[in-house]
Amino acid sequence: MSGDRYEMVVGLEVHVQLLTRTKAFCNCSTGFGAPPNLHTCPVCLGLPGALPVLNATAVRLAARAAIALECVVEEVSAFARKNYFYPDLPKGYQITQYDRPLAKGGHLSIGRNKDGTPVRIGITRVHIEEDAGKSLHDRYPGATAIDLNRAGVPLIEIVSEPDIRSSLEAGAYLGTLKQILEYVRVSDVSMEEGSLRVDANISTRLRGDVELGTKTEIKNLNSFSAVERALDAEFARQCAILERGEKVTQQTMLWDASRLEVRPSRVKEGSHDYRYFPDPDLLPLVLDKTWIGEVKQEMPELPAARQERLAATYGLAEAQIADLAANPDRSDYFEAVARAHGEPRTAANWVLGEVLAVLNETKQRIEHFPVRPADLARLLDMIRDGLVSHSAAKRIFVRMVDTGDRPEQIAEREGLLQVGDDAALLAWIDAVLAEHPEESQRFAAGERKLQGVLVGLVMKRSGGRADPRRVNQLLASRAGAGT
Amino acid sequence: MSPRPLADYAAAEVRDAIVAGALAPSDAVDASLRRADETGAGKDGLNLVLWSDPAASRQDARAAGAALERADGAGRLFGVPVMVKDNIATDRLPTTCASRILAGYVSPFEATAVRRLREAGAVVVGKTNCDEFAMGSSTEYGAWGPARNPLDPTRVTGGSSGGSAGAVAAGLVRIALGSETGGSVRQPASFCGVVGIKPTYGRVSRWGLVAFASSLDQIGVFGRTVDDAALGLEIIAGRDPLDSTSAERPVPSYREATYDSLDGLVIGRPREYFPTTLDPRIRALCDRAADALEKLGAKVKEVSLPHTGLAIPVYYIIAPAEASSNLARFDGARYGLRIEGDALRAMYDATRSGGFGPEVTRRILLGTYVLSAGYYDAYYRKAQEVRSLIAEDFRTVFEDGVDLLLTPTTPSAAFELGSVSVPYEMYLSDIFTATANLAGVPAMSLPVGRVAGLPVGAQLIAPYFEESRMLGAAYALERTLGDEAHR
Amino acid sequence: MSIAPDDVRHIAALARLALDEGRLPSLVEELNVILAHMKVLQGVDTEGVIGAAGVGASGTPLRADVGAPIQLSMPLDQIAPRMRDGFFLVPRLDTHGELGASVAGEP
Ligand SMILES: [Mg+2]
Ligand SMILES: [Zn+2]
Repeated sequence: MSGDRYEMVVGLEVHVQLLTRTKAFCNCSTGFGAPPNLHTCPVCLGLPGALPVLNATAVRLAARAAIALECVVEEVSAFARKNYFYPDLPKGYQITQYDRPLAKGGHLSIGRNKDGTPVRIGITRVHIEEDAGKSLHDRYPGATAIDLNRAGVPLIEIVSEPDIRSSLEAGAYLGTLKQILEYVRVSDVSMEEGSLRVDANISTRLRGDVELGTKTEIKNLNSFSAVERALDAEFARQCAILERGEKVTQQTMLWDASRLEVRPSRVKEGSHDYRYFPDPDLLPLVLDKTWIGEVKQEMPELPAARQERLAATYGLAEAQIADLAANPDRSDYFEAVARAHGEPRTAANWVLGEVLAVLNETKQRIEHFPVRPADLARLLDMIRDGLVSHSAAKRIFVRMVDTGDRPEQIAEREGLLQVGDDAALLAWIDAVLAEHPEESQRFAAGERKLQGVLVGLVMKRSGGRADPRRVNQLLASRAGAGT
Repeated sequence: MSPRPLADYAAAEVRDAIVAGALAPSDAVDASLRRADETGAGKDGLNLVLWSDPAASRQDARAAGAALERADGAGRLFGVPVMVKDNIATDRLPTTCASRILAGYVSPFEATAVRRLREAGAVVVGKTNCDEFAMGSSTEYGAWGPARNPLDPTRVTGGSSGGSAGAVAAGLVRIALGSETGGSVRQPASFCGVVGIKPTYGRVSRWGLVAFASSLDQIGVFGRTVDDAALGLEIIAGRDPLDSTSAERPVPSYREATYDSLDGLVIGRPREYFPTTLDPRIRALCDRAADALEKLGAKVKEVSLPHTGLAIPVYYIIAPAEASSNLARFDGARYGLRIEGDALRAMYDATRSGGFGPEVTRRILLGTYVLSAGYYDAYYRKAQEVRSLIAEDFRTVFEDGVDLLLTPTTPSAAFELGSVSVPYEMYLSDIFTATANLAGVPAMSLPVGRVAGLPVGAQLIAPYFEESRMLGAAYALERTLGDEAHR
Repeated sequence: MSIAPDDVRHIAALARLALDEGRLPSLVEELNVILAHMKVLQGVDTEGVIGAAGVGASGTPLRADVGAPIQLSMPLDQIAPRMRDGFFLVPRLDTHGELGASVAGEP
C-alpha cells in the first residue's frame, strides 16, 4: 500500500475566537445567536468615516494564549490590512497581523513517541485578527444573506510549523491545543458556535525524503474529525497522483463533509492578491516588558502541571487523571468533590461515570451542571456512611440533576434512606423466602451461590432501601441456621 | 439689528453680540442663508454648497436661542453658522463625498469635529462641494459639477475643499471645515483669499471624516481671518477615544496666541520652495510677508529641506495605495449606490465602475497596482522610507533652532476652470503643501496679496503640535499686512 | 517598470472595477506617465531608513472591553439597498456553497 511508502507533511492554521465581551475594534457585543445585524455599529458595518480602536482584553487574551504555547510575545507588533472583496467582509479588508505578528516561535507537546521522546509541534506564530460576518447562501433564492453580528469578533490565528506527520497527530495537536486554550481561559473553543476553525496545508513525500512536496490547502474544516478525515482523503489523493508519476498541483481544496471528500475550489489560483499593508488607522501595538511579565504572572495552571499535581495529590490511575484533566472545569469540579468528600477514588469514579454520562447526554458544560460539587460530595458521604444504598444513590443523583435539590432532601422525600433495622430487614427476607420456596430450600440446604440472587430479590422488594451488607449477613445466618 | 453687515462680524463677535442681546440667536444663521441666495452659492451658481436645509438650520438656531434663555449654554460658537465639507459625516444633511456612489447617503452618525462645533453652539448651514472623495486640487471633479471661485467665477476655487474655501470667501460663513490629505485646505484657501489650517496629524479626530488616505488625512479649518480659523480649530481639536490616531495632548487656547512682537522668532525660508521657476510675483509677495515678519522682530534665514522634491511621487504612491483600500467598502452591499447584476461579481463591478468618477478610478487602479504582489517593495515600501526622510528634513531644521517655516502655498494663483487636464500636472499644485501631510506637521495658508487680481497665500509650517506658535505669527502678519493682504 | 494593458485588466479585476476596453489604452498611458514620475524614488538611498509609521510612538491606544455600542441614528434598512428579515441581501455569489464565513476560508 502506497501509504506506507509516503508520508504526509502537515501544518495547521487554527482560528480561535477570544472570550471578550465586545468586538476587537468596536463596542458591539460578541454575543452568539442574536437576530441578524443586531450587534453592529458604524465600525463593524464599515460605514464611511468609522475607525477602529483595539480592545485591551483581546490583546491580553491573545498574549496569554501565546505564552501558553511558549511563544515569545513581541514588544512591538503591527496590524495590517488584508484586502479582498467578499460580502461578509464589510470594509473590503480584514484587519489582521502580517509581517509583525503578536508572538512567534512556540511549540506544543502532543504526547510521546514509541521511544518515549515527546512529540513536539512547532508554533510559527500567533496573531490577532478580526472575524468576518456570515454569508447564508441557501436562505433566499438567488440571493446571499449577510449577517454581520460576527464581523469584527476578535480571533487569534495560531499557525503551526509543518511538523505534523499523520491525521492522528493532527487530531492530537488540535485536542491538546483546545485543552490548553480552555485552561488559560482564552476561548470557549466551541465548534458549534464557530469559535474554532481550521485550515490545513498538506504535502506528500517519500518517507526519508528531506525535500517537501507541493502543498495544497484544505479549507472549510470545522470539526476535529473533519480535519482528520480530510487529511486522510487528501493524502490518499496526493499519493495516487505521485504513484502515477504525476505532480501535485498547488491549489485550494474544499472539504465536503456530506460526501466525505475533498475537491478543488473553483476559485482560480493566483486570483488573490491580498495587497497587505500596515493599517494606517492603528498605530503599532506596543507592549512593555512589565505588562508581558504581568500576563505571565497571571497564567493559570496548564494541563501538564495540573495532571502532575492530580497524580501527586490524589494517587489516581494515569488514565483517570488524563480524563479528569481533559478540561479545567472538569478537573476543578473533581477536586472540589474530592476535597469535600475525602475519598478521591470514589469522587473520580462518580465524576467520570455518572456526571460525564449526564453531561454528554444533555450536552451541558460542567460549569453549568445543576449538581454542585458540595452536594455530590454529600451524596458520596451518605453512601460511605451507609445512609443510602449504591443503587438508591444513583436514583437520588438523577433527581439531583433534575431538581438541583440536596441529596438528603431527595432521599427523605422519596423514602430512599437505607433501612438497616433487623426487624424490617427480616420481614423482607421472610417474605422473599416464602415467595420462592424452592430456592429457599436449596439455599437452606447449603447452596450458597443462591445468596446473591436472594439479596437481589430482597433489595427489589425493599425498593432499594435495604442495607445490602446487613441483608447478606442476615441471610448468611439463615443459611447457617437452616435444617 | 446692527448697522454693520453681519458678514463682517467675526465668529467670536457673533457669539458675543448674541449673548449681549445685540443680535437674536438666529440672526447670523438667517443672514448666512440670505447671503447664500444672493451670491448664488447653490448648484446653478457658484456650486459651493451641495446640500442645505434652511428650515432645519433656522430650527437649530431657534433651539439654540431657547437654550440660551435657559442659560445653560452660550457656547463659544453660539449662533454662528458654519459649513462642512461633503466628506465629513453630519447626521441630517447628506454626506456624499461628491460621489455618485454615495448619492443621497445620509450618515447615521456624526463626525466628532461636527459634534464639537454643534456642542459649542454652531449651526451647520450647508455641506460644501469638493473633488470626489477629496481627490483633486480644483473642486472640478465632484459628481455634482465644478465649484466656481467667488472672486472670479471663470476660475477654480482650488481643492479638494473648494466649496468650503469659496463659502468663506463669499461671506456665507466665517468658519468652515475642510479636509487635507495633500494640501486640500491650504491650496483652496490660497486660491480664495482666506485662511486655511491643516493641524498636526492627530490634533483633530478623524472620526466621521470619510477616509481617503488615513495616514495623511486631517480635518482642517477655514476662517475669514486668522481669528475665525483659530477659534474653529480650538473647538474641534483634542483627543477622541474613537480615533486611535488622535493625540493625547491638551489643547491650548489658540486665540490667545497673538504676539505683539516676534522678537527672537527664527523663521526659515526653505530654498526648495522658492525654485528659480517660481512665478516672480508670488516670490515677491512672500518676500513682502517675510519683510513684515522681520519688521516685527523675527529673524528670517534661508534653510534647506533637501527631500522636498520627492514629496509628489511619494504622495502619489501612498495616498492612492491607502485610498484603494479605504474605498473598497463602497461595494453596493450595505449602503450607497447599488447597480444590480445577476451575480455578486457583476453587482460589485457595475456599482463601483458606475459609482466612481475617472480620477477616483485612476487612483484606485494606481493604488491597487503599487500594493500588488511584486510591486509593494519598489513602490509602497520605498515611498514610506522616503517619507521618513521628508519628515526628518523638518525635524532637522526645527531642531536647528528654526521656529517656523515660511513658503508660498501654491506655485500659481487660481487657474481657469478646465485648464488643467493632465493628471500629473494637476498633482503638481500640491507641490508645496504635500510635504506637511507626509511629515504630519501643522501648516496653514493666509492671504498675503494678489497676482493679477487673484489672491495668493503664504504658508507657515510649524513643528508638531506647535499650532499656537504658527497662529501667533499669523495673527501678527495679518495685522501688519492689513489690507495689503487682499491687494 | 511600465504597466501593460493586461496589468491594468488584472488590477481592475482586483479592485472590482469593470473597465471599458475603449478607455483602456488612454488609462494605460496615464498610469505610465504617473509611474514614470515615481522612478526618481528608486535612486534615493534609503539604506537603514525605517518606513514612516504614524505620528506618536507610544503605540495604539487600547479600549476597555466594556461600554455601550455606538448607536445609529436611523435603522439599517434606511441606508441599505436591500434588506430582508434583518439580513443585507446581495446577488448570490457565483461560487456559492463553497464557503461560509470568509475569514478561515476567504474566496
Ligand atoms: Mg487569518
Ligand atoms: Zn460594531
